Amino acid sequence: MSRGRGSNLARLIFLGPGLIMLTLLAVVPMLLMLSTMFFQRGRFGGVVYEFTTANFSRLFQPLYLNVIQDSLVVAGLVTVLALLIGYPTAYAIAQLPPKWKTIALLAVMLPFWTNFLIRMYAWTILLSGPGLVNEALTGIGLIDKPLELLYNRGTVVVGLLYGYLSLMILPIYSAVERLDPRLREASANLGASPVRTFFSVTLPLTLPSALIGAVLVFVPSFGNFVVPEILGGGKAIMVGNLIRDQFLKARDWPFGATIALVMVVVTVVLLLAQAVVSRRTRSA
Amino acid sequence: MTLLSIEGVSRRFGNVTALSDVSIDIQQGEFFALLGPSGCGKTTLLRILAGFETPDHGGVRLDGADLLKLAPHKRPVNLMFQSYALFPHMTVAKNVAYGLERENLPRAEIKARVGEVLEKVGLEPMANRRPAQLSGGQQQRVALARAIVKRPRLLLLDEPLSALDKKVRAEMQLELKRLQHEVGITFVVVTHDQEEAMSLADRIAVMDQGRVEQVDAPVTLYDRPRTYFVADFIGANNLFTGAIRGGVFSAEGLGPLPSKATTADGSAALAIRPERVRLTEPTPGMVQGVVVDVSFYGGVSHIAVEVTGLGRKVLAATQGSARITPGTVVGVTWRPEDAVLIAN
Repeated sequence: MSRGRGSNLARLIFLGPGLIMLTLLAVVPMLLMLSTMFFQRGRFGGVVYEFTTANFSRLFQPLYLNVIQDSLVVAGLVTVLALLIGYPTAYAIAQLPPKWKTIALLAVMLPFWTNFLIRMYAWTILLSGPGLVNEALTGIGLIDKPLELLYNRGTVVVGLLYGYLSLMILPIYSAVERLDPRLREASANLGASPVRTFFSVTLPLTLPSALIGAVLVFVPSFGNFVVPEILGGGKAIMVGNLIRDQFLKARDWPFGATIALVMVVVTVVLLLAQAVVSRRTRSA
Repeated sequence: MTLLSIEGVSRRFGNVTALSDVSIDIQQGEFFALLGPSGCGKTTLLRILAGFETPDHGGVRLDGADLLKLAPHKRPVNLMFQSYALFPHMTVAKNVAYGLERENLPRAEIKARVGEVLEKVGLEPMANRRPAQLSGGQQQRVALARAIVKRPRLLLLDEPLSALDKKVRAEMQLELKRLQHEVGITFVVVTHDQEEAMSLADRIAVMDQGRVEQVDAPVTLYDRPRTYFVADFIGANNLFTGAIRGGVFSAEGLGPLPSKATTADGSAALAIRPERVRLTEPTPGMVQGVVVDVSFYGGVSHIAVEVTGLGRKVLAATQGSARITPGTVVGVTWRPEDAVLIAN
């Protein structure tokens, strides 16, 4: 469909500033940074511009592959849990009376407006050896000595889940909210039980938004390095930590860039998959 | 045979009375219309029949069994939604098959019945399209197909034709009527469009402010309205308020008018259809007025007469073009038996 030149120009004017800013200030520097992966690390850091593929072969060493795999597992687990917890929560919020809806949404978003680091440190207070949870459990006599709740992979999953759950709830909520209630009535009228209606009508029509939520949760979880550091105690290392260490500690920009590429690829693949699926469900 | 009986149903929403002691009996195989202005409670009644609302008082029986006890998805009642409510993620065929799949029928039977009903509504070539790819009229037919494919005891239609333009609407009216004869399902249609109700229905319940004003065949509603609201709402009418004394109706400010009083003395209204009004040479004792407007509509002409003492215009309709011109002083009269008296 062609819309005439006037509207094309208008579109360009509106999109222009944003596109220019993104290209110049984000895409270009990122490409420059990523391009260092074809070069060598200088003896004292920095980049020596001699072509090499060594960074790629290094990436496929089991050490690094394991970290990538662990990160995928953790982020995947976080996403699945966020979906399982977030969907019912979002669904329930959408059924509330208007006043309570606002309050519930505020409660979902409130933690998100608090500094991420502070929230993670708050968790260490909750979960540490002499922390609140252990005190409470020993206090009521359920356990004799404090449990080791901190510094394992489970803690990382819980921390990430806590950190990004609202990113799952909000898109699903808006989809359930937007869903024409008459579709559910029509389904009931045609003989579908409430459960059947949920799986045949509500779920398929809100799935694209759930996928958006999944991408929004998965991507920052996958690249996160704060949570593994604080709640994982540096033991459960993830891709984010690896990249950070390469850039800041080992001062190996070329290899850091190579690992960063993995993240970019994973993100792009996920976004594409999400786009394809939501397009297919919207119209065929 | 009575298929559906609605017995003393009432429903309030906060301070608003949506339905007030509504009782209607609907016969097997009937094409029944609930007609009224928006907010008269007709849609609430329909939603009660479908199970999306529960009445505060009263009962509903279908084939003698208590319908209100059944969950919405267990009722042998199908509803065609005003907005069609087609499932946007399913094809036309899938939409139509949805209700049959819920009955766990064999695949082959589902396929056959879906094909049959799509053929009936003329949408076979569209079977694999999505609702968004269809025109309004086609979507409406899918909604209809989806509702009748279940062969319900009762089919409810909520403003089925309101979203269609005038020409398509006329076609669909005929088609609906033909379908109703063919499938033999009892239809209950909710509409605010009286022409639609009149042309489609065997009987009409006229509703206003949550009450049933009158239930009758279209012709009876038109010729013998029993309440002021019905006389005013159905078709064009000239209404005079006044009182009956000693068998004679006198209008306020006009005096006695031609009528055959059958109701007892008391305050009353007189209704006379424009096409029954005759304009003559004015003679003493007759209602008189001045012609203020003549409009020609092809088949008929409408003549507005400003009646002395009434402060309102009386409308007369004549066949063909009127030979009368604005400014003429005329006598306004009618045959006594054409006037309808409505007791208050």
